[in-house]
Amino acid sequence: MIDVSVSVGPWPFRCFPGDKPADLVARLKRRGVKQAWAGTFEGIFHRDTSAANARLARACATAGAGFLLPFGSVNPAAPGWKEDLRRCHEVHRMPGIRLHPNYHGYTLADTAFTELLRAARERKLIVQLALNVEDERTQHPLMRIPPLDPSPLGHAVATVPDVKLVLLNRMRAPAGEALAALARTGIYFDFAMTEGVGGVGELMKQVTPQRLLLGSHSPFQYFDGALLKMKESAITGDDAAAILMGNAQRLLR
Amino acid sequence: MIWDLHCHFGALAGNTPDLKMEKLVRFADRMGIERLCIYMGHPFLNEPTPAQLRDQNDQVLQALRHWSHRAFGFVYLSPQHVEASLAEFDRCVRNGPMVGVKLWVAKRASARELDPIVEAAGSMKAIVFQHTWHKTGGNLPGESEPTDVAELAARHPKAPIICGHTGGEWETGIRAIRHLPNVSADLAGSDPCNGFVEMAVRELGAARVIYGSDASGRSFASQLGKVMGADISEADRKLILGENLRRMMMPILERKGIRL
Ligand SMILES: [Zn+2]
Repeated sequence: MIDVSVSVGPWPFRCFPGDKPADLVARLKRRGVKQAWAGTFEGIFHRDTSAANARLARACATAGAGFLLPFGSVNPAAPGWKEDLRRCHEVHRMPGIRLHPNYHGYTLADTAFTELLRAARERKLIVQLALNVEDERTQHPLMRIPPLDPSPLGHAVATVPDVKLVLLNRMRAPAGEALAALARTGIYFDFAMTEGVGGVGELMKQVTPQRLLLGSHSPFQYFDGALLKMKESAITGDDAAAILMGNAQRLLR
Repeated sequence: MIWDLHCHFGALAGNTPDLKMEKLVRFADRMGIERLCIYMGHPFLNEPTPAQLRDQNDQVLQALRHWSHRAFGFVYLSPQHVEASLAEFDRCVRNGPMVGVKLWVAKRASARELDPIVEAAGSMKAIVFQHTWHKTGGNLPGESEPTDVAELAARHPKAPIICGHTGGEWETGIRAIRHLPNVSADLAGSDPCNGFVEMAVRELGAARVIYGSDASGRSFASQLGKVMGADISEADRKLILGENLRRMMMPILERKGIRL
């Protein structure tokens, strides 16, 4: 199993059980995970994302070499982002990056975003785009972050086709035809924040099993719901193999 | 043994409540959930009239006719209509098959209008389930905060009251109810945030923590994951997954002669 959505580093508003990298690795391994793609909470909040990414790379190497793959934070609304991208790729040898536009203050219609997609495509980096981190209703009142508006995304990926793009933490949007259309462009989705009885089965129908990835959003969320969702939707056989492992492996190639 | 404190069938596809229930039970079966507490019908109504309350409860009664071996019904009442609510309580609980009371967002739980409803429930040893949220962007006008439930529970120290969703923002919710031994925490209907169950067990004791999902809007899986993934003892996990709810319900189940 490959979990494409875990994070290391402290969260400003609470301590999650098992949030030390070594502990996170042990917990994931105990549950059968063979590899996890790790972003950094620091990269969401710190302005010095260069240092946050260096700490992420070190944490992954120390706590889980070969197990935790680092996905650094790049903020295209901040000066110097191209150097961050270069270091993620050339210095830290990361397979991809993770973006948090709604925390970093830009939209998917901004030219900086498409410029970043283009630069990541050139480097063959996977781009993880987090639509949400936390339900708006439970966010700290001093830091209220609305969900990211995904509607400009269709245009962005049409401008930069073949970019390896993964949407993390989709809640209610995109939905319906917009969702299916994005899946047809080759975008991937995780299901960490997919809800409703049989919700993952429904999502699988809309985006196809080839576009779905196991993501737990741990340690922010409990890992265990992710596998229980597969069971709830009775996803087995080739579909399960693709979602739990094969699709992520294909992205890494 | 897994019992689910918090389910709704109304939003599922199907022409009748029992067909909707069939869908819900099929998913519950995959998760090993034996019993579902169900309340409210279709559509969700924030401020139901007396006639709408009857209709909502009729939908649950119809679901129970076919699924009483898997489901327990809670009667949907509104403190905006106390007389009609007491009549509904008599129809559905005192003289009917339901075993609990569901209060939603019509009026805050601290309001005095809830007193006769809680007293009626107490006379039958029925569980009182009050929805609560503590929303960063603000609640609906009649939507209870956990502190409203705390006020109600302090006035009725013998009534078993459940703080629905534990406020959603559970860190505040748990703190609001921890001094009240008659209040239990419902784990349902919030994102499966890591640490919720551990804090609830630490501050309330496992005997006051109850698994619920808020299916079908929520996934059984995401909500069960809170309990399955928590750093707690296996004994505590069993309490939370079903034993606490069964213990709370035994008095009314025995009184009604409902055999498990
Ligand atoms: Zn509910």
